[in-house]
Amino acid sequence: MTLVLEVRGISKKFPGVVANDNVDLDLQEGEIHCLLGENGAGKSTLMNIIYGLSAPDAGEIRLRGKPIALRSPKDAIALGIGMVHQHFMLVPVFTVTENIMLGAEEKRGLVLDRRKVSARVRELSKEYGLDVDPDARVEDLPVGAQQRVEIIKALYRNAQVLILDEPTAVLTPPEVDELLIVLKGLIKKGVSVLFITHKLREVLEVADRITVMRGGRVVASAKPEESDERSLAALMVGREVILQVDKSEAAPTHEVLEVKDLSVGGRHPGMDEVRRVSFTVRAGEILGIAGVQGNGQTELIEAITGLRRPGSGKVSLMGRDITGVGARTLIEHGVSHVPEDRHRHGLVLSYSIADNLVLCTYNQPPFGTNGVLHDGPIDLYAQKCVKDFDVRTPNTQTAASSLSGGNQQKVIIARELGRPVKLLVVNQPTRGVDVGSIERIHRELVATRDKGAAVLLVSAELDEILALSDRIAVMYRGEIVSIVPAAKVTRAELGCWMAGSQTPTVESAAEATA
Amino acid sequence: MTASDSPTSGLGEKIRKLTAPWKVPALAVFTAMVVGAILIAVAGGDPLAAYAGMFEGSLGSPRAVAETLVWSTPYILTGLSVALAFQGGLFNIGAEGQLALGAVAAALVGYGLPGLLGGSVPAIVHVPATILAGGVAGALWAAIPGWLKARTGAHEVISTIMLNYVALNIVSFLLNGPMKDPAPDNVIARTPLIAESASLSPILSGFRLHWGFPLALIAAALVAWMLKRTTLGFEIRTVGANPEAARYAGMKVGRTIVVSMALSGTLAGLAGAIEVSALNHRHQLGFSQGYGFDAIAIALLGKTKPAGVVPAALLFGMMRSGAPRMQFLTQIPVDVISVIQALILLFVAADVMVRRLYRLRGERERVVITRGWGS
Amino acid sequence: MDYRRYGFIAAIVVVLIGIIVKLGAAQVSPASIVASMIATTIAVATPLTLGALCGICCERAGVVNIGIEGMMLTAAFFGWFGALYISSILHVGPMTSLLLGVLIAIISGALMGLLHALLTVTFEVDQIIAGTVVNLLAMGMTGFCNRQLFFGAGSAFGGQIPRAPGTLPRIHIPILADIPFIGGMFDQQPIAFTALVLVFVAHFVLFYTQWGLRTRAVGEHPRAASAAGIDVIRVRYINIVIGGAIAGLGGAYFTLESVPSFEPLMTNGRGFIALAAMIFGNWKPIGALAAALVFGAAQAFQINLQLFRDVIPPKFTFLQQSSVVGLVPYVLTLIILTGVIGKTTPPAADGVPYDRERRS
Repeated sequence: MTLVLEVRGISKKFPGVVANDNVDLDLQEGEIHCLLGENGAGKSTLMNIIYGLSAPDAGEIRLRGKPIALRSPKDAIALGIGMVHQHFMLVPVFTVTENIMLGAEEKRGLVLDRRKVSARVRELSKEYGLDVDPDARVEDLPVGAQQRVEIIKALYRNAQVLILDEPTAVLTPPEVDELLIVLKGLIKKGVSVLFITHKLREVLEVADRITVMRGGRVVASAKPEESDERSLAALMVGREVILQVDKSEAAPTHEVLEVKDLSVGGRHPGMDEVRRVSFTVRAGEILGIAGVQGNGQTELIEAITGLRRPGSGKVSLMGRDITGVGARTLIEHGVSHVPEDRHRHGLVLSYSIADNLVLCTYNQPPFGTNGVLHDGPIDLYAQKCVKDFDVRTPNTQTAASSLSGGNQQKVIIARELGRPVKLLVVNQPTRGVDVGSIERIHRELVATRDKGAAVLLVSAELDEILALSDRIAVMYRGEIVSIVPAAKVTRAELGCWMAGSQTPTVESAAEATA
Repeated sequence: MTASDSPTSGLGEKIRKLTAPWKVPALAVFTAMVVGAILIAVAGGDPLAAYAGMFEGSLGSPRAVAETLVWSTPYILTGLSVALAFQGGLFNIGAEGQLALGAVAAALVGYGLPGLLGGSVPAIVHVPATILAGGVAGALWAAIPGWLKARTGAHEVISTIMLNYVALNIVSFLLNGPMKDPAPDNVIARTPLIAESASLSPILSGFRLHWGFPLALIAAALVAWMLKRTTLGFEIRTVGANPEAARYAGMKVGRTIVVSMALSGTLAGLAGAIEVSALNHRHQLGFSQGYGFDAIAIALLGKTKPAGVVPAALLFGMMRSGAPRMQFLTQIPVDVISVIQALILLFVAADVMVRRLYRLRGERERVVITRGWGS
Repeated sequence: MDYRRYGFIAAIVVVLIGIIVKLGAAQVSPASIVASMIATTIAVATPLTLGALCGICCERAGVVNIGIEGMMLTAAFFGWFGALYISSILHVGPMTSLLLGVLIAIISGALMGLLHALLTVTFEVDQIIAGTVVNLLAMGMTGFCNRQLFFGAGSAFGGQIPRAPGTLPRIHIPILADIPFIGGMFDQQPIAFTALVLVFVAHFVLFYTQWGLRTRAVGEHPRAASAAGIDVIRVRYINIVIGGAIAGLGGAYFTLESVPSFEPLMTNGRGFIALAAMIFGNWKPIGALAAALVFGAAQAFQINLQLFRDVIPPKFTFLQQSSVVGLVPYVLTLIILTGVIGKTTPPAADGVPYDRERRS
């Protein structure tokens, strides 16, 4: 087996963090090599270096034995290295053809030859089983199709090495299967694949070899036949990971939130993001909404928390109609919201921790009376929160931007739980958060439930949903396709529903968990 | 006992902390003056003599100091106006138009109120009314682009620039028409003189320095207090720092935008009103040229904080009042200070240049307010 | 593009022309009025068109440029000064002096563009502040040089303003210029013609060539462009400098084609109206031209109104004041900004500084 790519001693530092520390990696011809690691392990940084988007501080890369110097993606592309990024590098307003030919344009004299490129795209489409319409605008395409465009982009440039960065993060289970089939087809034609992920199941399914990264270093190389999920998870995290949360049986009481026939419009008229959704959440229980991102969860949460006007339907809080009511009123009535994007929506990064903690309550006593702010009470409150929620920071005046992701999330949670909570809405509570903070946050959520609040949890991590929820609802294409007690449902069934299959059978269940 | 325990190092630490943020602005000014000196030399003049002349003209005598403070007054107010808007995440280039309309409104109340009320008005009522009229006019004029942004997402840079020209056209129309000075020997576009009772008096007779200057300082203190210590200030700053987080936290972003712009316009309008009430005692076409862009430079030089805007405004006031003396002594045209002011803005904005030049440590501070034309 | 918008534009132009036709009915034939209005409109719209093209160049690459006014002012002055110097000190013939003056104007604009690019792309200064710097610098420099070079002790001309080499002559295209009504389009001065031609060149380049595709990619999604191997920094620099050159040509209009003299601040906000035209035209060259023509039509309307002053019904005489009709472009722009006449879609990455080394 020839060595296509050798990475030796790559190191890269960013201000405040070592992203890659003396990393070695091999890729053999015609293999699918999986790079496994948590968020922040350094996988994306390494891939950006291999693709020429980033320059390493030290180390070298060899392609088929020859050392290569990559000053930009242009060099990488010329050498046959192609990359499918986690966040697609596609220009939304361009067509598929225009995106594919960007940087490798075909011309007739001065004029762009779109037709020639379209024809080639159709060829590649057929050859590799990647179905796309060359003249469609990328922004109109569903996520799975956009990913296919990314892959064709690499193949159009005769990529011999294909790097895929977290490709399955945005796909439904059957789309994942399709992708894995495509990859297996690619390696038969001699392409070598480097597949980055943190999903253990996929790794075991498709990898020929596995490399595990943690904290910027390579910590292990393994073969799928010799590993299992538990050992890989332990390698990823550095210790035995308890994937369970210690929680007692729920004892739900009265109804807190009722959502009835709620519909929320989307970008295109006539295409609702949320379609006639109905469910209830009672005090003392956690309802988890499972589903691949992009199926309407964000819009649903926005409608419930007063950030977006629903098109039709009703939302009630403790019997009171709150449809279309603004965020401030909801906050005053006991609704707490931990948003999905903590940098954009959750915090003001340039503000101190203290100021962030009173972002919702600054105009209430004791923090603000008659329009005037009182620094003393604000600071005392901040110190209390920092202690109670174990936020690691030198003091409360530090800017939120200098905290780690986990500590930032804890600040938001401290803020939202620091008021009397009737309904807690959390969206992706542990995304990009270190394991220690994850455990802490999970404990807080359960504690809030036990104090009598109703908790609505939205997460794309099925493990999190299964660990925390008392009841689980699955969202697919804007609809709730099922609501079941957590104890009575299997992962396979959830996977089916997440993929849009209404009645899980034994066969489709097996496919969905593949 | 270690070095860090000694009392003097504690003081040194405090001083360093206090002065650190102002290193770049100070060096920016210095660098701009150096480049200005080069320009003067290239144009055939003597830079040292030019700067000496400027210094003499701005601070060399009690009269000069008075003039400097007179010039600084509108700079302080318009600088505050732009700085306040910046704190709210808004780019108010409309200070020019808001000031012009403020001046016109003040003039109207200044000469028209006695006639309206059928008799003379006591100064204790007339002066505040005149100045307030200017503030209100500025507030309303600035509220328009604020409302446009909140309602339709229209970017305030273009709308304030457009409204500047609309305002200037309106003023031109009024001063050539309905508000024209009806005195028989008058041919130029100007309003009648305002009543004596509407004039802000000078502080000391013989000098032009008037009570507008202390008023401007009070305004600066008020703005600083408002921003730091009130809930409104908190809202304004939060919307400026991260409007989405503000929205998620329940703040009314649209309303805050309008209020920020209105307050910003009030300050600019006050500047115009004070010029009319205290200095010119009427409004004449052409009297409000150039404050709009200078205010941007002043606001940025002062790091958009009132505590910085005041010294920055004084600096610009010094340059403005000292330039005629410089021109008289050295024949260097007064326009050179416009170039220097542009250079100051350049070096303040591109603080990376200054940091590299003087090998300053520390993170570069980026002032990025533009978020494209979309909402 | 939005048909609502084109309809709106056409309606306004028709109304404006119609009013003049009605007023002048007794004295002049409608055909010649329409011809004259069209000719004037095109001429007057020239700096707006060129300014809008400058804006489009920069913003399609993702960089906001409000310094068009400063670029045009700088070019107007230095082109003017250059032409004067070349003709009176170097004793070169008038036509050549003027053409060289245009060249100098273009170069001045390009240099100001280079400054804007340096500030926004290399130093990542806030783009609107950078544009403000360009404007302030232009105002200061032209004022300073105007006084120093013409009146100061070190005056290049010994204290006297030399005779100007005039303005660029009209080019009269035979046959085409005699077509009734629209003939005026073909009887214009060179910069006006160039502006019209450049609009279509820009349209072609932007939507049909490799350079245009790459530029638009950089303006919509610079990371994607970079991942495709495109040098975002280089593309932005080149576009901004070319934009500056185009603005320079627009500046040349003021002092070398319109009136043979320079007044401080003579651009009088035209650079900002050009920005408005760009937004009105949805960042498309042909749309911007349409918008520039509307604004030009308003100005032509006001000019022609003067001719028929005595026929205006007394109620409307106030309209002839420049301060009233002068409002039209600004008010129109405000209306456009609110989006009631169609949505404005700027390039997606417009205004966002490009940070080369980012963590992800």
